[in-house]
Amino acid sequence: MIGGGSAGLAAAIVIKKAGLDVLILERDRELGGITLQCIHNGFGIHEFKEELTGPEFVQRFINEALDLGVKYKLDTMVIKVTKEKIVYAINNTDGMLEIKAKAIILAMGCRERTRGSINMPGFRPAGIYTAGQAQRFVNVEGYLPGRSYVILGSGDIGMIMARRLTWEGCKVKAVVEIQPYVSGLIRNQVQCLEDYDIPLITSYTITRIHGRHRVKGVTISKVDRKFDRIIGTDRFIECDTLLLSVGLIPENELTQNAGADISLNGGPVVDNNLETTIDGIFACGNVLQVHDLVDLVVAEAKRAGLNAVEYVNERYEKPFETKELIKCIAGANVNYVKPDHFNKSDQANDIIFSFRVKRPDRRILIQFKDQNNKVIFKRKRRYVIPSEMIELNLNLKELEIPQDCKSLEVEVIPQPEVLIDNT
Amino acid sequence: MESNKNMSKSIPEGEKTIRCIVCPTGCEIHVKNVDGELIVEGHTCNRGEVYAKDEFIAPKRILTTTMRVKGGLLPLIPVRTDKPILKERLTEVLNEIAVKEIEAPIKMGEVLIENVLKLDANIIASRDLIKAS
Amino acid sequence: MIYDIIIIGGGVTGCTIARTLSKYDLNICLLEKEADIASGTTKANSGVVHAGYAADRKYIKRNLCIQGNKLYTQAHEELNFPFRRIGSFVVALEDIQIGELEEKRKKGLQDGVPDLELILDKEKIKQMEPNLTDKVVGVLHAPSAGIVSPYEMTHALAENAAMNGVKFFRNQEVIKIRHQEYVFTVKTGEGEFQSNNLINAAGLYASRISKMLGLDYFDIMPRKGQYILFDRNMLHLNKILFPSPTKVSKGILVCPTVHGNTFVGPNAQNIVDLDDLSTTTAGLKEILEGGMKLIPNLPVRSSIRNFAGLRAVPDTMDFIIDNTDVYGFINVAGILSPGLTSCFAIAERVEEFLELLGVEMKVKDDYNPIRPKPERFTNFTREELDKKIKKDPLWARIVCRCETIPEREIINAIHAPVGATTVDGVKFRCRPGMGRCQGGFCRPRVMEILSRELNIPMEEITKRGEDTNIVVGKTKDFILRKLEQEGR
Repeated sequence: MIGGGSAGLAAAIVIKKAGLDVLILERDRELGGITLQCIHNGFGIHEFKEELTGPEFVQRFINEALDLGVKYKLDTMVIKVTKEKIVYAINNTDGMLEIKAKAIILAMGCRERTRGSINMPGFRPAGIYTAGQAQRFVNVEGYLPGRSYVILGSGDIGMIMARRLTWEGCKVKAVVEIQPYVSGLIRNQVQCLEDYDIPLITSYTITRIHGRHRVKGVTISKVDRKFDRIIGTDRFIECDTLLLSVGLIPENELTQNAGADISLNGGPVVDNNLETTIDGIFACGNVLQVHDLVDLVVAEAKRAGLNAVEYVNERYEKPFETKELIKCIAGANVNYVKPDHFNKSDQANDIIFSFRVKRPDRRILIQFKDQNNKVIFKRKRRYVIPSEMIELNLNLKELEIPQDCKSLEVEVIPQPEVLIDNT
Repeated sequence: MESNKNMSKSIPEGEKTIRCIVCPTGCEIHVKNVDGELIVEGHTCNRGEVYAKDEFIAPKRILTTTMRVKGGLLPLIPVRTDKPILKERLTEVLNEIAVKEIEAPIKMGEVLIENVLKLDANIIASRDLIKAS
Repeated sequence: MIYDIIIIGGGVTGCTIARTLSKYDLNICLLEKEADIASGTTKANSGVVHAGYAADRKYIKRNLCIQGNKLYTQAHEELNFPFRRIGSFVVALEDIQIGELEEKRKKGLQDGVPDLELILDKEKIKQMEPNLTDKVVGVLHAPSAGIVSPYEMTHALAENAAMNGVKFFRNQEVIKIRHQEYVFTVKTGEGEFQSNNLINAAGLYASRISKMLGLDYFDIMPRKGQYILFDRNMLHLNKILFPSPTKVSKGILVCPTVHGNTFVGPNAQNIVDLDDLSTTTAGLKEILEGGMKLIPNLPVRSSIRNFAGLRAVPDTMDFIIDNTDVYGFINVAGILSPGLTSCFAIAERVEEFLELLGVEMKVKDDYNPIRPKPERFTNFTREELDKKIKKDPLWARIVCRCETIPEREIINAIHAPVGATTVDGVKFRCRPGMGRCQGGFCRPRVMEILSRELNIPMEEITKRGEDTNIVVGKTKDFILRKLEQEGR
């Protein structure tokens, strides 16, 4: 198990319960992953039917894993994973480790987009952090990055940090969002920004960072539909710290170096069993696709764990069978779809599809079509937003997909006009 | 004489537009105090109506923050109120928590401040924290 | 004490001079304005060791470059900094440019640039550099060109100089210089230093320093160049790629780095402000467009970071290396491109001047030109690592995930002569923070190690010196301070 966060713990627990031997390799000084620094509440509503803080949520998994005797190594960095399922790792008690596994689960999580990857021009003063870095400093290491803040990006992490910093006596001047709408949950907009009169400035972005040694302020400008700066709309906001909350990227360097295929969303290509293109290597959690709810991470991880168990028990070292695969394609207004493909022979099982839309929309229709444009499945929804991943559990056999189906396209389109008002 | 407790509070005057957070639809609900009665408009479900009324009368929040630790693996432990408390008292409670330092080891759920500021809520630990090695 | 020589400026020029002079039995110190050496132009340039055919024959920089290029071989062996002679292409995209390339080839060979060749066979060109645009009609190939890590080289130079007795003082901004009775008194923000000879290698500030002694015969104009750095995994180049040159500059290169990344840049923009290191939307656009002319499939979305460097351009457009009218004061100013390539040859020039000034240049018995290669996790074999870890477990505690850097390398960088005292100091010596996550995972750990090794609190750890503190207080500090003020 590469990674001892929520995904790694949840998968390890089901594997141990199934009677197999599992070893978690974790790079940090304790188990728990990123959820440990998310000290706000809102976790566990699906998984435990309770509202918990991040640490409370993951502590339950840590406790269960410890009770079951799940083996783990901390302060351990995995350097390489090979196609033959050998893991090279290192820590300062064991030194170099070479571990052979029957199956591997990738649960390394994701990293944040940085200033460099969004090509933001300006000086290089001290005082620029990603929201997650700031969260780590404030909640775990115990230090405050600055006194007065501007936050770029209205995703949940950015808004949560706005409130967190306010609660530590700092001043958050504004949250700046390039889209015309808030990126994260309305609940966070209300309880993190509106509660504290922190302005949310939409359709704006930061066009300049001021200050040579330390941030002195930022210039924000309005943007048009193509996200180009509108001349004459510049505004200066004084601050000594800039937090960037501009996106998450699945952390797949190990996956890529192992030789597994990587899909456009940044995560490994997987089938309906969450197995990558390397036999016996599975992926779950943020390393596969960036999730919004850790509850869904855990559900996905449990599935990956069970699939890995089935692989070890039924398929390990058996002759390789080529499977007929049906491709899953992202259609209109869909950013990506997981799984990237599924086994035709697995049709009789429930398959969980997850995807995100590109643009928000209301009164839409989700449709699955085959390569001949035949609609296999459709479902209405009141609204869709990019910041909310959509999961659908479908049984394709019951839906009677055609025998010659080669691909499924998932699209999100406006609901067709209703001629007769049925309300 | 006005009671200090969370529970009994008289209904505020005037009106307010409240954004509902119960589901992501985020209805804008208008709540108005008309001669001691609350008129609620703009909601599309019952839960929204209940939420809007509560928000209007006595907005409450769960507080999640950190408390300083002595002798622990980490210098801070995440804590929270075990019940929602009045939004207007949050800063005071934050101050109470800031001046306190707690000693490791600590277990998740342990009460670190009992009945903080007599608001009928405890400050509890959000995780286990062992002693520093 | 009165030093024999004070060098002002801790960039590659100053540090090469320091190291070259350290073989003599002389008391030498170097004064650097910033919190760390290699903080100015040295830190942000193309890192190219030029072959030397490019400059006009009327400039002294031409020969110094050709000579300096040759001296890299020995310096690399002795000082063990990252350097590779991979060769360069000047790319002609139109037939009329071929004539100019041929001119450069002829003159270059006459002046001692080795093995210059004009390649017109498109297939051969693409074999040597597959990423090059199909529009190429010919290239001037210079096998002696190379790539170097300019700041790592500067650290190597400084370490060796320090090992051989040169004293380095950082955070010393020179404010005033007095020259009385053959003694220079140099006053900085922090103290006072005296010497018999003074070498001005102050880069962007060289003109300012020279004027302090009444020598006002040149001006330095900062010229900004912006760069974009791309993820190592996205593009791999074999050759340094130059466009056919214009009158003003060598143009926008696409160039590999010694660490396997690729960068595009620099553009050229004359500015006024000596501290302006900002990148601009227009500038970044310009270099991307320039780069795409040579490499059409530039991985635009995989940029790791962008940055800018300032060249110190003299109004004479040539190096100013003078034994001046002020006896004992040597100007080494206006070291624009190909300054990095020329540094060893420039240092030899300075040696000659000092001899002329009557300085006794006696070689030390215990001079050691070797600066051992810094140990790097990524360079060891499995067996070597196992042995190292058994003796020293800190080789196995990986702090930087993206570049695989263990704690021991960081500690070594802090305790090396003229070692790191800041987060950027650690970054530029052993790379944590240069990878894909740009310090996201490792920065708190690097700070902890600095704090522990240098015995300073976390709140005083800076990014690169004065006013660049990373954190401003402990969590709860602001609330507690406010309560104190309110008397609670």
